Amino acid sequence: MDLAYSPEHSKFREEVRAFIGEALPRHLRPKAETDSHFEHREVMEWHRILYKKGWAAPHWPVAHGGPGLDATSRFILNDELERANAPMLSPFGLGMVGPAIIQFGSDEQKQRFLPKILAGEEVWCQGYSEPNAGSDLASLKTSAVDAGDHFVVNGQKTWTTYAQFANWIFCLVRTDPSAKKQSGITFLLIDLTTPGVTVKPFLTIGGTLAFSETWLDNVSVPKANVVGAIDGGWTVAKALLGHERTGIAAVGPIGRVIRKCKKIALRTRAGDRALIDDPVFRTRLARLEIRHRSLQMANWRALAGAQLGHAPGPESSILKIRGSELVQQVYEFAMELMGHDALAWFPDPGVIPDFEESVASLFCYYRATTIYGGSNEIQRNIIAKHILGL
Amino acid sequence: MNFSLTEDQRMLVESAATFARKQSPVTRMRKLREDSIGWSPDVWRQMGELGWLGLPFPEAVGGIGGDFLDLALVLEQLGATLVPEPIVASLVAGMAIVAAGDAAQQRSFLTPMVAGQSTLALAWAEAESRYDPARVATRATRTGAGYKLVGAKGFVLDGHAAAELVVSARDGDAVALFVVDARSPGVKLRPIKMLDGRRGAMIELDAVVPADRRLGGDGVAALTYALDVGAAAACAEGVGIMRAVLAMTTEYLRTREQFGVKIGSFQVLQHRAVDMFIETELAYSAALAAAIRIDGDDLAERAAAVATAKVQLAESGRYVTQQAIQLHGGIGITDEHDVGLYLKRMLALNATFGDAESQLARFAARPEFLAGIS
Repeated sequence: MDLAYSPEHSKFREEVRAFIGEALPRHLRPKAETDSHFEHREVMEWHRILYKKGWAAPHWPVAHGGPGLDATSRFILNDELERANAPMLSPFGLGMVGPAIIQFGSDEQKQRFLPKILAGEEVWCQGYSEPNAGSDLASLKTSAVDAGDHFVVNGQKTWTTYAQFANWIFCLVRTDPSAKKQSGITFLLIDLTTPGVTVKPFLTIGGTLAFSETWLDNVSVPKANVVGAIDGGWTVAKALLGHERTGIAAVGPIGRVIRKCKKIALRTRAGDRALIDDPVFRTRLARLEIRHRSLQMANWRALAGAQLGHAPGPESSILKIRGSELVQQVYEFAMELMGHDALAWFPDPGVIPDFEESVASLFCYYRATTIYGGSNEIQRNIIAKHILGL
Repeated sequence: MNFSLTEDQRMLVESAATFARKQSPVTRMRKLREDSIGWSPDVWRQMGELGWLGLPFPEAVGGIGGDFLDLALVLEQLGATLVPEPIVASLVAGMAIVAAGDAAQQRSFLTPMVAGQSTLALAWAEAESRYDPARVATRATRTGAGYKLVGAKGFVLDGHAAAELVVSARDGDAVALFVVDARSPGVKLRPIKMLDGRRGAMIELDAVVPADRRLGGDGVAALTYALDVGAAAACAEGVGIMRAVLAMTTEYLRTREQFGVKIGSFQVLQHRAVDMFIETELAYSAALAAAIRIDGDDLAERAAAVATAKVQLAESGRYVTQQAIQLHGGIGITDEHDVGLYLKRMLALNATFGDAESQLARFAARPEFLAGIS
C-alpha cells in the first residue's frame, strides 16, 4: 500500500497549480481569496478559460472532447481548483445532462448538444423536483401528452438551480399516467425559450438567488428531445443521480473552510491573546481537522479503487453523508469564532475583515448540502438497504 | 496511491481470519478471563511459528523484516474475536528495543519473543505521567555493577507474565530505557485484572540492572515511536472489533422480531446502523493511514496520522460499541452476551497509548497545524 502520489501525478498537480496561478483572471482573485460569491458571468468566463485548456469536462470521454485524464488526475485537477477557490463550473451540463446524453443519447443529440455544453455556449438546469415530489421523486406530476411528433408539457418544477441563467432544462416528465410510479417517466430536453416557459428565481437563506421555480404551460417539445426510451426516463435519472452524489461529496472544500477557520482564529484577538491560543477553540478546530483527515482518507480509498477501474465500494457511499455534515459543522465553528462579526450580513467593506464577509451567507447556504442530491436521510435508506441488508 | 492488498497480504489476512474463527472464537477469550495468565503459551508459540510475531522485526532477530502494516492486518482479524495473546504488549516493548537498542541487545531480547518463547512488556506509565512519555519520576543512578532503578510503574500491559520489562527512568536530564529481567530481585510485581478481562501489572522497582541492559539513544524518542506503533496497533484491533460488532448488530436487526415485524424494518434503527457503518469506515480509513505512516519516514505526517487515527478510534469505536448495546436492548447488558466484551476491550484501547484528549492536544500543538496560515 502506498499513500504517495506517483511522480507523474505529482507533476500533474504542479502543472495544474501553475496553470490556475496564471489563468485565473486578475479581477476574480479577490473573490477567490475571500470565498465571495461569483456572478454567473464570472463563472462562464472561467468556464471558457478551462475549455480552452481542455479541462472543462475532465471526466468526459476523449471522443466527446474530454482530456483523457485518469481518475487520480481528475481528482487532482478538482482538488487544485477547489484549493484555489476558482469559480465552480455549473454541474448541470458538464456533470449531469452531458454524461446522460453520452450514455443514453442518440447520435443527433450528441452532435447537437455536447459541443455547446463543453464550450459553455449553452447553459443547463435540472427539472426534477416538484412542489409535491421531493425525496419521493417518482411521484412527479408534470405531464407530457403525446401530440404526434411532439409532446405538450404542463407542470411546475422547483429547485431548478440557476434556471434564470440557463438556455435549456432537462426534465423528468410523466408520459404514462397509468403506469406504475417509476415506469411512466420520460427524460426530456426542453428549450427554455419555448413559449409557455416561465422562470422565477427566489432568494435562498444565504441571501443569493441560487434556485428558481420553473412553470411549464402547454409547452411544445419535439419527440427528438427524448433521451433514452419514452417511459424509460427513470433509468437515465438513476444513472445521473450517481454522478450528482459523487460530485457533491464536498470533501475538498472542507479543507479550505478549515484553513479559513485557522485564519480567523489567528487574526482574532480576545483580550491579550489570539483565539488560536485559546485551548478550547484550538482543540475543537483540531477535532474538525481530524474528522476531515479521516474522510479524506476514505475519499482516497474510493479514488484508488476508481483508478483501478473498480465499482465504487462502501467507502464512497459515506462520502456524501459525512462530507455534507462536516462542511456544515466547520461553518458552524467559523461562525462561533467570529463572535459579534457573525452578525454582519453582506456588510459594507471594512465592517468586518474581508476574509469573514462570506461566512454567514455560506453557513446558511450550506444547509442545502445535506438535502440536495438525495437528502442524507434518503442516503441512509439506500445504505441500510443495499449495504447492510436491512 | 494504492490501497490494494498484495497476494502475500491477502494470504496473511486469510490465515489470521481462519485462526480467529476456528481456533480462538470469543468463547476462548471468555474462558481465559478466569485464567491467571489470561492467554496460552502454546498459542503464543504457534504465533511465533506462523511468523506473526516477527512481521515488523528485523531478520537479525528472527523476524520477517517486513512492514508494520502486515501486522496491523493480522491484528484487525484477531480483534474481531478478541484473541487475548499479548501481541501488542510485546510489539511496543520490542519496538522500543528496536529504536534504542544496539544489535546485540536486539538479538538477545527480541529473538525469544519473536520465536514465541517469551513475552515482553513496556513499563512506562506512572501515577502522574498521564500519556506523556517524557514525564518520568522513576530514577536511574549509576552504581558499580550498573544502574539502580527506583520508582513505580503502573498498568504495565501484560506485565504479569512478561520475561523482560522495558522500563523508562530518569538519569539526570535524560530519559533512558532499561531492559529489566522481570524475575530479578527488587522488582515487585503485583498482577492486576483490567476492565477488558486482560491482565497487567503494577510494578515497584528498587533493583540493580547490569550496564549492558541500558539501551542507547534518546529514551523519549524511542518511547514516542513505540507508543505510536501501539496506538496504530490499537486502531487496527479496534477496527476488527467495530466490524465484528456491526455484523453482530445488523444480524440481530434482521432476526429479532417485535410488534410482529423484524426490528430492522424500523427506519430509526436502520439509520443508527448506517451511522455505525459510517463510523467503522472512517475509523478503518484513519487506521490504515496511520499504519502506512508508521512504515514511512515522514515523522510529522506519522504523528498527525497516528493522532488522527487514535482520536477517530475513540469517537467511532465508542459510538459503534455503545450503539451496538443499545440496539441489542436488554440482552446487550448481560455478561453472557459477547457485545459487552467488545465494548470493554474498546474502552481499554481508548485508555492506552494516548487517549483522545492527549492525542488531540498533540495534534493541535504540531507546528504544521498552522503552517501556511497568516
